[in-house]
Amino acid sequence: MDPIYLDNNATTRVDPLAVQAMLPFFTEHFGNASSIHAFGSRVGQALKLARQQLQTLLGAEHDTEIIFTSCGTESDSTAILSALRAQPERNTVITTVVEHPAILSLCDWLEKEGYIVHKLKVDKKGRLDLDEYKSLLHDGVAIVSVMWANNETGTLFPVEKMAELAAARGIMFHTDAVQAVGKIPMSLKDTKIDMLSLSGHKLHAPKGIGVLYLRRGCRFRPLLRGGHQERGRRAGTENSPSIIALGKAAELALAHLEFENTEIKRLRDKLEKAILAQVTHAFVTGDASNRLPNTCNIAFEYVEGEAILLLLNKMGIAASSGSACTSGSLEPSHVMRAMSIPYTAAHGTIRFSLSRYTTEAEIDRVIAAVPPIIAQLRKLSPYWKEDGPVENPEEAFAPAYA
Amino acid sequence: MWEYSDKVREHFFNPRNSGPLEEANGIGDVGSIQCGDALRLMIKVNPDSETIEDAHFQTFGCGSAIASSSALTEIIKGMTLDEALEVSNQNIADYLDGLPPEKMHCSVMGREALQAAIANYRGETWADDHAEGALICKCFAVDAVLIEDVVKANNLNTVEEVTFYTKAGGGCASCHEGIEEILAKIKAERAGPGEVSPPLKPIAALPPAAPKLTSVQRIKKIEEVLESVRPMLIRDHGDVELIEVQGRKIYVNLKGACSGCMMEASTLGGIQQKLIEELGELVQVLPVSYMPAEA
Repeated sequence: MDPIYLDNNATTRVDPLAVQAMLPFFTEHFGNASSIHAFGSRVGQALKLARQQLQTLLGAEHDTEIIFTSCGTESDSTAILSALRAQPERNTVITTVVEHPAILSLCDWLEKEGYIVHKLKVDKKGRLDLDEYKSLLHDGVAIVSVMWANNETGTLFPVEKMAELAAARGIMFHTDAVQAVGKIPMSLKDTKIDMLSLSGHKLHAPKGIGVLYLRRGCRFRPLLRGGHQERGRRAGTENSPSIIALGKAAELALAHLEFENTEIKRLRDKLEKAILAQVTHAFVTGDASNRLPNTCNIAFEYVEGEAILLLLNKMGIAASSGSACTSGSLEPSHVMRAMSIPYTAAHGTIRFSLSRYTTEAEIDRVIAAVPPIIAQLRKLSPYWKEDGPVENPEEAFAPAYA
Repeated sequence: MWEYSDKVREHFFNPRNSGPLEEANGIGDVGSIQCGDALRLMIKVNPDSETIEDAHFQTFGCGSAIASSSALTEIIKGMTLDEALEVSNQNIADYLDGLPPEKMHCSVMGREALQAAIANYRGETWADDHAEGALICKCFAVDAVLIEDVVKANNLNTVEEVTFYTKAGGGCASCHEGIEEILAKIKAERAGPGEVSPPLKPIAALPPAAPKLTSVQRIKKIEEVLESVRPMLIRDHGDVELIEVQGRKIYVNLKGACSGCMMEASTLGGIQQKLIEELGELVQVLPVSYMPAEA
């Protein structure tokens, strides 16, 4: 039985065409793009094409607004640290409680260094309060950093609107769009977004390559200093094979954008509907009406996520969970906690994330597999009886001490 | 994914003795759904022989929680209650060919459920015994008594280990100070009476006589011993240096985190014990503040 991969928000398979595009640049065209000779110039041309492919996917005005980095995390760090260093008179960062650790850990550290960090809260559906946001915009804010799409729930934030509000107050705006790029259309030249991070391996390019989009005219301080690569904005010899693969992957993502928002969305909706129709006491987390087309996060009450994943894995199905036990931490994910998911379900959230390689037959297999797994685990659970939760679980299960 | 042993996987995929036990006459509930794992252990005890004739479980939790519950029921079936009370969390982990360190709390939960079930059978209120402990970890509702028991039983030394075994400290981290205090207290108790210094209590048995050292050799040896313990102290952000040797009295300077540390006495005691062993003579290690002022 072929394994089914529904964990594409974690990482994706590299598109064979992207692999094909990058391979000659390991052995044939291995030159350093900075060199004057023919070995180098061939690489230089290929990098230029890749830059244009990224420009097209993002709808950027200039190809020089594309800076290649090593990953999404590097792009995020570069953006925020640049904003703080370029504007030493400003000491505040605005972000959200549901950002990726690439942002949150950096912000926690910045707080220790004496900066002020405001984290916008979310409601039960994972949505921001724009009035709260507006009230926080003032002259001390160096940068606003808000993710375009949440990695766990797929919920989209209104970053274009938020960027406009920030720009009106003269504040820089960065978005971590690692999950959004390639899944939803974007045209950065028509927005006020100053900086954007993306990661290759989330859109069928290899790991170890990312991009920071930097709007022309936005004040900038590099994270890495050294050579003149990326116009001195990111020193270090270009990872040419990966850049070229990312360029190809960007071209393919654009070509598949409509497929992503029609066919993949249809499969996602089919999976979600079928599971919810068969499994009681389960619900979709996040903002179901406004999210990525490939992501579906379902909370199953009275069961624990890791146990579900282990049983799914046994059937060749790969998904992921916001449950505590899968991460090594003891608490459910910060995203689930921020949305105040009921405690009966917080430990049982499962994320299915599809890609253009996902087939209908695979979705049918998952639809058949999930309900018996949930039933099997509920049967083991002291909170479950026959075909429903025990009445008043708090009293029915009365620990001598908790 | 976790590195679970084959045995853990086996017990997770094919749990033994799961589901309610109608004839149960002892039930132990531990954990809660908020904490992410909860276990109900049901035992059927023969009142004449006080033997556990059957055991079932119901568990809400991760793979290792379910496997630990399954293992526990297999371990205790056929045991007398007194035998069962001797089952430790380590026995459960061993039965499963080990658990990942982060998952040891699953085995601890198994042991607690067992004790609760036996108390329930005997009509005792096990909770009272436990309620004496101050609540240390509010995130996971772990009290001092449990932490102390687990620290002693498993010879734990760090907050991280305590978290792995009990979950305490795994949430907001505000109780780490409290856990450190418990660890320090138990560590102090562990140190034998002869190890506490200053002042030094006489040691009964003299170590075997060693060849007589010249004073240079002796100081070199003392330096060697101090060098050997320094990495340990440096790891805890402290350090030690030799100041003076006057006969049997060795004066040292504890630096960094060691200076003024509540464990200073036992640190010195440990160094002293090591020096006695290495030098083959009775010596006394004293902080430099004890050194007599120069005449």
